[in-house]
Amino acid sequence: MAPDLAGFMADSSDPQTWDDITSAVLGALAMEFDVGPERPGISALGGVRRTTWLDTFDWRLHKAGLTLEYLPARGGSELRLSGGGADQGAAQLVTGWQASRPHPPTALAGGPVGVRIAGLVAPRALIPIATTSTVTTAYRLMNKDGKTVAKLLVEQPSLVRPQPGQGAGPRQPVPLPVRLTITEVRGYQGQARRATRLIAAVPGVTPTTSPLFADALAALGRRPGDYSNKVDAAITASMPAARAAAAILLRLLDTIEANVPGTVADIDTEFLHDLRVSVRRTRSALKLFGDALGLSAQELAFFAGEFKWVGDLTTPTRDLDVHLLDFEETVRGLAAAKPDDLEPFRAYLEQRRRKEFRALTRGLRSARFTSLIQQWRTKLVEIQQDSAGRARVSRIRSGQPHKAGGGTADMLAAERTRVAFAKVARRGAAITRDTPAEALHDLRKRCKELRYALEFFAPLHDPAGYAKVVGDLKRLQDCLGEFQDTEVQIGEIKALAAAMLAAREAPAVTLLAMGEITAGLAARQRTARADFERRFAAFADVAGQRRMSALLRGGTA
Amino acid sequence: MRIYATYNIKGGVGKTTTAVNLGYLAAESGLRTVLWDLDPQGAASFMFRVKPKVKGGGKALISGKRPLDDAIKGTDFDNLDLIPADFTYRNMDLLLDAGDAKPADVPGGKPARKLSKLLNPLADEYDAAFLDCPPSVSLVSENVLHAADVIVVPLIPTTLSVRTLEQLSDFVGELKGHRPEVLAFFSMVDRRKKLHKEITEKLAGERYEVAQTIIPALSVIETMSVERAPVTVFAPSSAAAKAYRALWAELREREAA
Repeated sequence: MAPDLAGFMADSSDPQTWDDITSAVLGALAMEFDVGPERPGISALGGVRRTTWLDTFDWRLHKAGLTLEYLPARGGSELRLSGGGADQGAAQLVTGWQASRPHPPTALAGGPVGVRIAGLVAPRALIPIATTSTVTTAYRLMNKDGKTVAKLLVEQPSLVRPQPGQGAGPRQPVPLPVRLTITEVRGYQGQARRATRLIAAVPGVTPTTSPLFADALAALGRRPGDYSNKVDAAITASMPAARAAAAILLRLLDTIEANVPGTVADIDTEFLHDLRVSVRRTRSALKLFGDALGLSAQELAFFAGEFKWVGDLTTPTRDLDVHLLDFEETVRGLAAAKPDDLEPFRAYLEQRRRKEFRALTRGLRSARFTSLIQQWRTKLVEIQQDSAGRARVSRIRSGQPHKAGGGTADMLAAERTRVAFAKVARRGAAITRDTPAEALHDLRKRCKELRYALEFFAPLHDPAGYAKVVGDLKRLQDCLGEFQDTEVQIGEIKALAAAMLAAREAPAVTLLAMGEITAGLAARQRTARADFERRFAAFADVAGQRRMSALLRGGTA
Repeated sequence: MRIYATYNIKGGVGKTTTAVNLGYLAAESGLRTVLWDLDPQGAASFMFRVKPKVKGGGKALISGKRPLDDAIKGTDFDNLDLIPADFTYRNMDLLLDAGDAKPADVPGGKPARKLSKLLNPLADEYDAAFLDCPPSVSLVSENVLHAADVIVVPLIPTTLSVRTLEQLSDFVGELKGHRPEVLAFFSMVDRRKKLHKEITEKLAGERYEVAQTIIPALSVIETMSVERAPVTVFAPSSAAAKAYRALWAELREREAA
């Protein structure tokens, strides 16, 4: 049997019409073929098939051009990976897989699918995105000798149920448009083509190459890649500054809200990470251009304080996540100590995390958090609506000293990014080999603010100039991040060692192994410090300053 | 790819029904299977409702002008394809002998291995090939014996058929190089006939190459040409279908042993 020749689907969204369309297709085919149902037990083509599509919350498989399906079956359930080139496909039998639950990539360890995707997916979990149940009826198209020369598959799929963590959706199965496929029989291609032409002429039928997954997602009101932690607010240069600022903050709020269910359910560590990043960006945005929103100083201070509270709420769990995520690599890096020496440390980290996670979820389920999110959204929507139509006024004012909230988005972007860059350039230039570490930590914060300023207003910038500036800045940030994170980790490990000692949970070999880790971190910190000068020069030397100026003028250097 | 050939010097002993039913059972068990109807009468092609016609005829296939792959037709059943018969196969001896300096009467010469060579490219695509041979002793049958891993020989329980099996075994024994296994079985057996009963019991007990399974003479087998399908498809619970299933199981067991 050759592969599918052509697919069609009902172009009406009204399920009432689908049976009529199928009847019309069978009628059209009967003009040239004897059409009969496939005999039961003879072919594997008919029957009921359930399919669950899996991906990470941030669509890592989709972005890599891959599709992962879970196909439950009595004889052996299977995960099937497809796409990404002819040799990228893989299948893996799985037992005890629960289609409605998220699974960590380690659940596939050792199998062919696991091998292909583990590096791409980790540390994210595989989440069921959509499940369909498809009833397939196969028909034989026969010639005058009663020989089957092609087959028609009539597939009636339905969306089984919404997936967890994606809000309320339809509870009853939702019928999806009927699909019709002509399948070739080897050696009879001409007849299959003829059958295809007959179907194409039936009113209400349209050719399709779109996968069933696309229909299932559409029925869920979703599209592939609909989540990203990027700040890609729809802003334009001439938009009123207040409206642009509100749009950026609303986009950040969407990301915060999108990550709360996954964080509370502890599906994977990246939910909390994305939530934290969005909270941090919100705080930086308030600092950078909060005044442009037109809120009172009291209101601004309230929201800034509340988001600081959320940020602080997430810190302990995230810090422990970082230790645990890096644990295997840390163990591999040990020279003197044995991996087992660190097991009490891991157990201690896990125990601490459980405790901190409980506190985190209490906070995220609290009335204070819910109220903050509601109030913030209401306020931002109000600002967006109020500021509509101010662009004309602000153009007249252009050239005048900018007043917060009165100008356009491009004016706000240029002014605030310039200020942020000036701070980085000035403070970075003052750093010498003898400057205390605190100055580098401070510079890291300023760099973060500058990066956010650039990212918030990215749609207004020339893409090539933006990519160069952000690339250089990112390398400087990585260097400063390594310098500070290693210092923080050293401090944390020392504190954890002290706490373990106090709790009498610290064998001597474990403390020695922890000492070895801190030594390794200290070496990395020294390397980062030595690298600083070169990284800073690449970003903020004379050429770097020119590039930034050109970017903010709306061109390239 | 395992190659099975249904063969007997005599005609009308059940070669085609065996090839059709065992081919179907192989496919049903999940083996990707192709059946080549080498008999110019085209009975196997008829059973699968495929026209007994190959573009360019046997000449194009045997000469290699047209790859075997091109002639393959899908049957109505999953995993089972067919290379149809063609009336020009009646001259297959001549076709196999054409273009070679070595005369056909040199045992094991190139002409005797042409079919084997033609089948080689199918090895990636199929797990099992069935060759349904015309009744004769000829260059075609010599080719089949060279190509096959297993020769499946239907025997009618007569004294003469015992002689046929001995002749075939001797011939296979004389082959140089690759020698197929021989599995004979009694077909068209009427247990009410004393002679049938005596011969089947005696030979199955005495000779290892004779299968324990017998295929009885049943009218449902004859209706295959009316139904134009394997008996295992249109009468899956019949005694005939059960007998062919038992024969396929015994064949697989012997191969595994």
